[in-house]
Amino acid sequence: MNSAGRSYSTLAACGVAGEKRRSPWWEVWRRLRRNRAALVGMGVIIMLVMVAILAPVLTPYDPNKTDMKARLQRPSLSHPLGTDNFGRDMFSRVLYGSRISLYVGFVAVGIGAIFGGVLGAVGGYYGGRLDNFIMRCMDVLLAIPQIILAIAIVGALGTSLVNLMIAVGISQLPRYARVVRASALTVRGQEFVEAARAVGARDVRIIVENILPNCMAPIIVQSTLGVAQAILSAAALSFLGLGIQPPTPEWGSMLSAGRQFLRQAPYLSFFPGLAISIVVLALNIFGDGLRDSLDPKLRQ
Amino acid sequence: MLRYFLRRLLLLIPVLLGVSVVIFSIVHLAPGDPAEVMLGPSATQEDIANLREQLGLNRPLYVQYGAFLGNALRGDLGRSMRSNAPVVEEIMDRFPATLTLAVLGMAFAIGIGLPLGLLAALKQNTWIDALCSFVALAGFSIPNFWIALMLMLLFSIYIPILPSSGIDSWKNLVMPTIVLGVQTMAVIARMTRSSMLEVIRQDYVRTARAKGISDRLVLTRHILSNVMIPVVTIAGLYFGHSLGGVVVTETVFSIPGLGRLIVDAIRSHDYPVVQGGVLFFALCVGVVNLLVDMLYAALDPRIKAQYRAAR
Amino acid sequence: MNGPLLEVSDLSVVYRTYEGTVAAVNGLGFSLHRGRTLGLVGESGAGKTTTALSIMGLVPSPPGVVESGRIIFDGQDLLRLPEREMKRIRGNRISMIFQDPMTSLNPVLTVGLQISEALAAHQDLSEAEAERRAAEMLERVQIPAARYREYPHEFSGGMRQRVVIAMALACNPSLIIADEPTTALDVTIQAQVLELMKSLKEEFATSMIMITHDLGVVGEVCDNVAVMYAGRIVETGSLEQVFSDALHPYTRGLFRCIPDIEEELSVIRPIEGLMPEPLDLPSGCAFHPRCPRCMEICRTRVPEAIERDGHGVMCHLFSEGGGGDHA
Repeated sequence: MNSAGRSYSTLAACGVAGEKRRSPWWEVWRRLRRNRAALVGMGVIIMLVMVAILAPVLTPYDPNKTDMKARLQRPSLSHPLGTDNFGRDMFSRVLYGSRISLYVGFVAVGIGAIFGGVLGAVGGYYGGRLDNFIMRCMDVLLAIPQIILAIAIVGALGTSLVNLMIAVGISQLPRYARVVRASALTVRGQEFVEAARAVGARDVRIIVENILPNCMAPIIVQSTLGVAQAILSAAALSFLGLGIQPPTPEWGSMLSAGRQFLRQAPYLSFFPGLAISIVVLALNIFGDGLRDSLDPKLRQ
Repeated sequence: MLRYFLRRLLLLIPVLLGVSVVIFSIVHLAPGDPAEVMLGPSATQEDIANLREQLGLNRPLYVQYGAFLGNALRGDLGRSMRSNAPVVEEIMDRFPATLTLAVLGMAFAIGIGLPLGLLAALKQNTWIDALCSFVALAGFSIPNFWIALMLMLLFSIYIPILPSSGIDSWKNLVMPTIVLGVQTMAVIARMTRSSMLEVIRQDYVRTARAKGISDRLVLTRHILSNVMIPVVTIAGLYFGHSLGGVVVTETVFSIPGLGRLIVDAIRSHDYPVVQGGVLFFALCVGVVNLLVDMLYAALDPRIKAQYRAAR
Repeated sequence: MNGPLLEVSDLSVVYRTYEGTVAAVNGLGFSLHRGRTLGLVGESGAGKTTTALSIMGLVPSPPGVVESGRIIFDGQDLLRLPEREMKRIRGNRISMIFQDPMTSLNPVLTVGLQISEALAAHQDLSEAEAERRAAEMLERVQIPAARYREYPHEFSGGMRQRVVIAMALACNPSLIIADEPTTALDVTIQAQVLELMKSLKEEFATSMIMITHDLGVVGEVCDNVAVMYAGRIVETGSLEQVFSDALHPYTRGLFRCIPDIEEELSVIRPIEGLMPEPLDLPSGCAFHPRCPRCMEICRTRVPEAIERDGHGVMCHLFSEGGGGDHA
């Protein structure tokens, strides 16, 4: 009976979810294609990912190679964005910086979305006291301003790349928990979930196969905007000296180092900040467009 | 109304308790011995052991937490390990600067964000709308510490009209205000635009027009009063979040406020100050949210009626 | 002063949307005499509300555009009037009662204020005087003046509609346009509100355009009837003429289930088929795809309006020679 039940639930899940999934996503893409700003945002993001991957090929210098004879040089043909106080090529450092920022952004959101998503799905699916407890915990996390929570975590764990990602990820937990919980609540009472439960499918299976796919749209939107937020938070922490430490080429800490030379070499502060702004802006524009495409009622 | 207010105030207590647990765990479960960190690498084992005893670090964690909580309830958050001054005193010394900054930042955010959003909505689908919306999105995306540096570059170095640090005169507060308020400004502008676009399509706006009252009255009395409801909610919720911005703002502009207190405390592992500071921030966020709820009820008679009914 | 109070002629309104241009009103014309009530009847989407909004000068723009026509109200063409002048007429000499009382009152303002501001806009009154008069209006619509400072959510649907009526009558207008004023209400409340409107109309000696899809309402309050279909008036005449001697197949369709005017008449049996998509109106007579007596010419040519003894109809069946060489 168990095996029969399972195959039935799989079939039901495939039939309903499969049909439901394909055409809406096509529709979303169709709408997204008409949103020029979102496409530009997407283009910029793709380009940045390429830059991050191809950084070793694209950069003329080793980002960490110091050259004391060429300190604090203005932007020129040989150093398009100038050199810093150790004579390191800023252009190379800014390009390499995209690696760290995107890496931190995506991993931090991954941590937040996975843990937050599981908490939200469990809470929304089981409801009752467990749900209440989880959501109260999220309220507690929300009561502390994100950046302060992240600072406290990094301060306690110590400054390192991994700890930075954990800190930023945890500070974003509640938003994913809320989004997934809301979707889980709407899906919970629907027929195909009831059907799966009736034939004895295990809860974990129902959550993974039925609830998560239905939460994908809001999670994707939330994550896109979340990556933007995470990059900003991580850069802010590094700027405060609580994130990525020099000499690693990271935009926030480059800005922090350039701050001392604001008068003599403003380009040291200008370009890393511009890079952060472009990435975050592109992600936000794309995220906005994605949300509009997923929910056309919100437009106009 | 008052009853509701008091009840909400009571609901703040479990949240603050939760925050105290979270921050206590973060500080105490972290690797590294506070006593060792405090005394530095040159300390002898004996010194460290003595300090541990003195700080009560040898007791079980839950006992330590109980002691911390008991003291906190009596308004005692311990003493700073750096200055040896009571943490509450340190916080209260720093609070006025932060509060001033937060209020100014909010005023800036509303003063710029609201008109920007209204303009965008009134000129929907024109280049003005596109420009306003872009400014809002940019304000949301550009890191505030970069804006701070660029403002400094512009107004302290190239055109030296504003001082870049300290809090001696109103001039000192211009740039920090902008830096702190810009994100909230962006959020308010976006919210105002979308709320406005929704409200101007409502039947009651058409009814108001059909009465032949002036456009100005339609806008201020009928449209804005309704636009403000969601804007206030979002702005209030976001305000708590933006309070975190004082960390960066105060650090960049060397303002002796709460944000810098926490950053300095974390750098020097002064954990009583970290605990107290974070708890105090959570209290501020809670109080702000409460005030926003009250304001919300004042703006929307339907909500007020619910509160009355819930009494 | 013996001419009609309102004379609409050749009115055309379109909505320009992304999907295309929608012709909401197509060369429509009618007139209304002082003290009379005209029923504007038709299914939703026939262009009734757009007609009303055109008279009020409130067609939402964009996307709405009044392409042509004249709306002569008391000797003035409202369509040529500058907005400033139009504001003096709106709510003062012409006012409108909207369909849904749940959404047509501002939720955050007291009902008293919403009535008194109409008075304040048009009459040189002190605040206290405007308030007193507004409270008086509330009493007139049978709401205790003590409820002046309450908010719309504290009233039931029927009471809200009475507030809207008080608002509309506040300045003693010469013309009231009521857009389905009872549709959103409970059946029992409908009768009360209708009765109130009728008596107030007599009391204030106003003219009225009653927009509705409910022939029962028309029979109750109207002197004249204009039947609209797809942006045109297909039949018009006195209540008697249209009710007992309907000519147009569409009007007859509306009445099909009602044998006699004396009996209870409140049900419209749906005519087969649906209103045409406004984006894609049929050629010729817009009703031809649903018409039980459709002829060849109906598919290609828009019928002319024909009138006899004030009973007008727009149908090839009644053209000279049954349609054909009517130039």
